[in-house]
Amino acid sequence: MEMINIKIDNKDIKVAPGTTVLDAAKSVGIKIPTLCYLHLHDFNITNKPAGCRICVVEVKGRRNLAPACATDCYEGMEVNTHNIRVLNSRKTVLELILSDHPTDCLICPKSGSCELQTLAQEMGIRQIEYQGEQSHYKEDTSPAIIRDVDKCIMCRRCEMMCNDVQTVGVLSAVNRGFMSVVAPAFEMNLDHSVCTYCGQCVAVCPTGALTEVDHTNQVIRALADPSKTVIVQTAPAVRVALGEEFGMEPGTRVTGKMVSALKNLGFDYVFDTDFAADLTIMEEGTELLDRITRHLKGDKTVKLPILTSCCPGWVNFFEHQFPEMSDIPSTARSPQQMFGAIAKTYFADKLGIKRENLVVVSIMPCLAKKYECQRDEFATNGNPDVDFAVSTRELAHLIKQANIDFNILPDQDFDKPMGESTGAAVIFGTTGGVIEAAARTAYEIFTGKTLEKVDFKQLRGMEWIREATVDFDGTPIKIGIAHGLGNARKLLQDIKDGKSEFHAIEIMACPGGCIGGGGQPLHHGDTSILMARQKAIYSEDSGKAIRKSHENPYIQTLYAEFLGKPMSEKAHHLLHTHYFDKSKPVEIDE
Amino acid sequence: MANIKISEQKVLQIEAICKEFNNEKGELINVLHKTQSLVGYLPAEVQEIISKNLNCSVAHVYGVVTFYSFFTMIPKGQFPISICMGTACYVRGAEKVLDEFKRILNVPVGQTTPDGKFSLSCLRCVGACGLAPVVMVGEKVYGRVSPDGVKDIIKEYKQA
Repeated sequence: MEMINIKIDNKDIKVAPGTTVLDAAKSVGIKIPTLCYLHLHDFNITNKPAGCRICVVEVKGRRNLAPACATDCYEGMEVNTHNIRVLNSRKTVLELILSDHPTDCLICPKSGSCELQTLAQEMGIRQIEYQGEQSHYKEDTSPAIIRDVDKCIMCRRCEMMCNDVQTVGVLSAVNRGFMSVVAPAFEMNLDHSVCTYCGQCVAVCPTGALTEVDHTNQVIRALADPSKTVIVQTAPAVRVALGEEFGMEPGTRVTGKMVSALKNLGFDYVFDTDFAADLTIMEEGTELLDRITRHLKGDKTVKLPILTSCCPGWVNFFEHQFPEMSDIPSTARSPQQMFGAIAKTYFADKLGIKRENLVVVSIMPCLAKKYECQRDEFATNGNPDVDFAVSTRELAHLIKQANIDFNILPDQDFDKPMGESTGAAVIFGTTGGVIEAAARTAYEIFTGKTLEKVDFKQLRGMEWIREATVDFDGTPIKIGIAHGLGNARKLLQDIKDGKSEFHAIEIMACPGGCIGGGGQPLHHGDTSILMARQKAIYSEDSGKAIRKSHENPYIQTLYAEFLGKPMSEKAHHLLHTHYFDKSKPVEIDE
Repeated sequence: MANIKISEQKVLQIEAICKEFNNEKGELINVLHKTQSLVGYLPAEVQEIISKNLNCSVAHVYGVVTFYSFFTMIPKGQFPISICMGTACYVRGAEKVLDEFKRILNVPVGQTTPDGKFSLSCLRCVGACGLAPVVMVGEKVYGRVSPDGVKDIIKEYKQA
């Protein structure tokens, strides 16, 4: 390829045609500051409205300053990224953004990880130069996400995630001039919209405009209540990301330290959502095999493909957007809810306590889990199966509040019985993992043979939509995988149009699966962090002694002592669910 | 704002407008234009119908409706009053005229009186600068309007 010669800050650089000034500068170690710009490299997602003008640079021969993120290099171009004209202009732009931005940094939930705050610090802003009008929107609180749009800087990242990546279409820029802000239609509250609570808007918001509903205080109160037994479950994706909140390298596995921290926090039992993931495989895998076997025998009434149902953002998505297809997903509840249901029956009985006195907390990489555990169908007489779902970020806050020096904690093991899990369960945390876990168990049940090679490499990866055929001893099983709801929509549309040939499809709402969830430590656009987390998930799996869900001895005991067999009446009652048509017309707030 | 039910016939007409523009998302502004001249304004329900037909999110439609001052979600009054704020009218005291309308009708610009009779809006130059300041009520033009003359204009329509 013919290369272009340019000069940035007097450095000669050769770049490929189509390279932006921002990327060219980055390649020689010049970090031009950005704010609205977001580039998720491994997913090919870019947001560059060139709206904030923080990245302006001077281009020789050009009258005005150019936004580096949206200006392509050309032969002979000469760029200056930090002369006095650029610095003054950049500073003025930032001061104007700050002129109507609330200055409650000390108590802002985003403090410490706010990109606007970091920028103000890096650029040495010591006073708010322009005192302008302040906006006063109402704060919008939903079961999972809080919108405090006084802090919105109109970077449009959330809008891009909601519309282009997730195709949910809840958020849009509305109004004009000073009043412009990102909001749902008719500025209604999120809980009246078709929001799935996937939390990807929160994951990319540079400021405190979009944050999660914080449940840490409820957890602290429950832990302090002597009449309550408080137990905790941790989702698989948390253990490969929590370390980042304590300065560790992305992809550091902190399972043992996390268990120690939770014990230090005062939880009576530290259990694992992975246990429930193994249980999910027993139920969902059985359902999958049942449908496939009936299909292969020529039963025309059976619905295929079967879709996974562990992801609450995805469940919300099809309830809102494809309600006519709600008989296709598996009826199996998510691992979080299976855990809660078993904890408040089987385990509460074992302890001899009432369900009201057992508090179940879950640590989740996800914000939709907050909504899921509040669903009416997951409660008995008003008492929820899972009391509080807190995010990975909230857990880090809890640990810091409890004066725990996370980095020097010893490794500890999960408690028994609901802390025991297999390698199949831990890979639930990444795209492709649920279906691989299901394949490991389904293969053995279907063929009656032992699966020697448990790694289904063909199901792994980061491509948006993947398809693979798994050989069940002569019977080819066609599997589809999608992450990101926009990609899920494509597969759903194919099913609707009768074009889908898959037997089973795994769907996760967030890019990368749960490792990229809306409750995870913020990646600030660096997707290599997600790649590192995914790698860590697979190494956690290969380090496990047992790697097939049906071989988990505590799962076997649970069935022998309590549930009977998969899809039994009791299992149906506790571990399965049904879906609702939520394709409601627009509701307008009075 | 309340949910307003529009007639089945209107729904069909709006759908026909969308179809006229091939249900193309890129034609949203044209569709909104034509729909507003049919319905008079763009209530939430109408925006929903358009979003369904053009296959774009209702948030996006709302974003466009709220961006352009021409589009309105509030029904116009029986007698829509527009005050010209063009340069000529402005320097000849249009703002004082506007203030008087606001005072007597007790509504801000862009709103309609509770009885549905009058709505108040501003526009830029009707091409009658010689008559500045100019006020329009419906299609009728009033020239050289003074703040004192405002109550007489309103009186003319009060009985109607």
